Amino acid sequence: MNNMAVKNFAPAPVSNRGRGPKSTVPNKKYLVGTLFSLIGFAVAEVVSFKVPGTQEVNDLAYRLGLLGLIVLYFGIAVFSWFDGERRAKFLSRASFRFAMGIVLTVWDLLSTKLDILPMPFFPGPSKVLGVILEESDFLLVNTGYSLRLYFFGFLSGVIFGVGTGILIGWFAKVNYWVFPVLKITGVVPAVAWIPFAMTVFPNSFIGGVFLVSICAWFPVAFMTARGMASTQKVYFEVAKTLGAKQRYLLFHVALPNAVPQIFTGITTANALAFTTLVVSEMMGAQGGLGYYINWAKAWSAYYKVYAAIIIMAVLFSLIMKVIALIQGRLLIWQRGLVK
Amino acid sequence: MSQENLLEIVSVDRTYVDTDDNTVEALRDINLTVRKGEFLTIIGPSGCGKTTLLRLIAGLDRPEAGEILLAGEKITAPDPQRGYVFQQGSLFPWLTVEKNIAAGLKARGVYQENKADVAQFIELIGLHGFAKSYPHQISGGMAQRVAIARTLINRPVALLLDEPMGALDTFSRADLQDKLLELWENDGTTMVLVTHDVDEAIYLSDRIVIMTPRPGKISEILDVHLPRPRQRGDAEFMALRKNLLEKFHLASSMPQPEYAI
Ligand SMILES: Nc1ncnc2c1ncn2[C@@H]1O[C@H](COP(=O)(O)OP(=O)(O)OP(=O)(O)O)[C@@H](O)[C@H]1O
Ligand SMILES: [Mg+2]
Repeated sequence: MNNMAVKNFAPAPVSNRGRGPKSTVPNKKYLVGTLFSLIGFAVAEVVSFKVPGTQEVNDLAYRLGLLGLIVLYFGIAVFSWFDGERRAKFLSRASFRFAMGIVLTVWDLLSTKLDILPMPFFPGPSKVLGVILEESDFLLVNTGYSLRLYFFGFLSGVIFGVGTGILIGWFAKVNYWVFPVLKITGVVPAVAWIPFAMTVFPNSFIGGVFLVSICAWFPVAFMTARGMASTQKVYFEVAKTLGAKQRYLLFHVALPNAVPQIFTGITTANALAFTTLVVSEMMGAQGGLGYYINWAKAWSAYYKVYAAIIIMAVLFSLIMKVIALIQGRLLIWQRGLVK
Repeated sequence: MSQENLLEIVSVDRTYVDTDDNTVEALRDINLTVRKGEFLTIIGPSGCGKTTLLRLIAGLDRPEAGEILLAGEKITAPDPQRGYVFQQGSLFPWLTVEKNIAAGLKARGVYQENKADVAQFIELIGLHGFAKSYPHQISGGMAQRVAIARTLINRPVALLLDEPMGALDTFSRADLQDKLLELWENDGTTMVLVTHDVDEAIYLSDRIVIMTPRPGKISEILDVHLPRPRQRGDAEFMALRKNLLEKFHLASSMPQPEYAI
C-alpha cells in the first residue's frame, strides 16, 4: 500500500445502517429478551389447551402455529447467541413478540373460549387458522391462481415498463409520441379497465394478467425514462472519449444509472399490482384469493375471509422481500453511497 | 523526443452565449502545436478557457472558427485515440474499479481479446487489492488513477488531463504526478495537462503554455529545460517558479492572481 493516501473505507454492514453501534448485549439481558419473546406465545398455547372452550372449533392449526412460532424464535435466539449484532436485532423485537402473544391470548379468550365477540364476524384465531388445515387443498389451488396471475401480470408489466421507459428515455421521437399517452393512461387506475378486460379477453386469467400488467407498466416505464434522463452528462462524455457508440451509452451508461429509479418504480408498481390483482379476482375470476374471499362471503364464512387475508399478507410480504433482495443485489454499488 | 507534430490547433475561436444572452469569448485565435511525445502543460487563471480548449481537442465540443488536427486529420468527434481525464468524479459509480478500467475496452468492443490488460493496469496504478471496490470506497487520488488507467488501456496517442489532481491533497498529488511521469516515460504518450499549479507545471512539463482570460488567449509558451528527474527544491526550479509567478502578475489584469485560490 506504499505511500498513497488510503481512505479509511471499511464499508459499513447494511444491518448497521440507521442503528447505533450497540452491538454488545449482556448475556443476562439477552436471556430475559429471549424469554420475553417466547412467553407470550407460550401463554397463548397454554390458554388454548387448558381453558375450556364454548365454540366448536378445530384448534390444531392454531396450536401448531403457536408451537411453530415458539420453536422458530427459540431457534433464532440460539443462533444469534454468538453474534453481537444479531443479538441486538433479535432483542429489539422482543417486546413486540410478547405483545403479539398476549393479543392472540386475549383474542382467543374473547372468542373461542368465552364467546363474547359477535359471530360470525369476529371468529377466534383457532377458527381462522383452522380453515388453513380444513380447506388446505382449495386454498392452495386459489393461492396458486393468485401467484400465477401475479407472476405473469407483474413480470410482463415490468418488462414492458422497462422497455417503454428505455424507448421514451432514449428516442426523442418516441418521447414525443408515447410519453403523453403514458401520462394520460397511466393516471387511470387499472381497475377502471375491468369491464373492458373481462369482455375482450378470451378468459378471466388473461384479462387479469392484462390488468395487473398495465398497472405495473406505468410506474416502471415512467421511472425508467426518468432515471435515464437524470444521467449526468459527464458519464456520457467519458464513455464517448473511451470510444463508446450509442448502444454502449444506452445499455452501459443510461440504463445502469436508471436502475435505482427503476426499483422505485417497481416498488410502487408492486403495491398497485397487489390491489389490482385482488380486485380483478373479485370481479369475476374463476379462482384466486380474491375469488375465494368473494365465495366465502357469499356463505357468510367470515373466518375464511380472514384466513385468505392472512395468506395474502404472508404471500405479499414474501414477494416484497424477494424484490428487496433482488434490489439489494443489483444496487450493491449504492451501499454506503446513499443515506 | 522527436520534433514531429502531433496536434495542430489553428486559429481557433470559441464563444459561449450564457443564459442572459451575454457572449463570453472563451477562446480567441488560439494557435498551438503539440509535439509528439511531449509533456505539455496549460496554465492560467480560472476562466481563461483551459477546459474549453481541452474539450475542443477531445472533440467533445466544436470550435466556431479554426480547426484542430491530429496527425493532419481534422478532429470532429471524441475518439479513444485522444484519452480524456476529467477533473474528478468521472468513474461510473455502478462499476467496480476493475470494471471501470475494463469499460475503456468494452466501450470500444475489444474487451474479449484484451481482457488480460485489466489486471495489468490495476497493477500499474498500484491498486491491487482494490479491484472489487466501488468508486465511493476509494480515495480521490486512487479514483483519479483509475480514471487514468481506464483511459490509458485504450493506448491513446495523446492523453488530455483537465486538472486531474485539482481535488487532491499535497501527498496524493505528488504521488500521482510521479505516477504520471512514469507512465509517460514508459509509453511515450503525448500529455496535455491543464493545471492551476505552477509547481506542478514546472515539475512535469517540457513546455508550459500560459493563458490569460477575457478573451481566453495564449500569452506565452515557456520551455522548461530542467533535467529529469526534477527536484522541487532546486535553485533552478525555484528560479523558474519565481519567473513564472512574476509573469502571472504581469499577465493577469488582476492585482491578485486567481490561481492562488
Ligand atoms: N457551457 C458554457 N456556457 C457558457 N459559458 C461557458 C461555458 N463553458 C465555459 N464558459 C465560460 O467560458 C470561459 C472559459 O471557461 P473554461 O471552463 O474553459 O475556463 P477554465 O480556464 O477551465 O477555468 P477553471 O480553471 O476555473 O476550470 C469562462 O468565462 C466560462 O464562464
Ligand atoms: Mg476548467
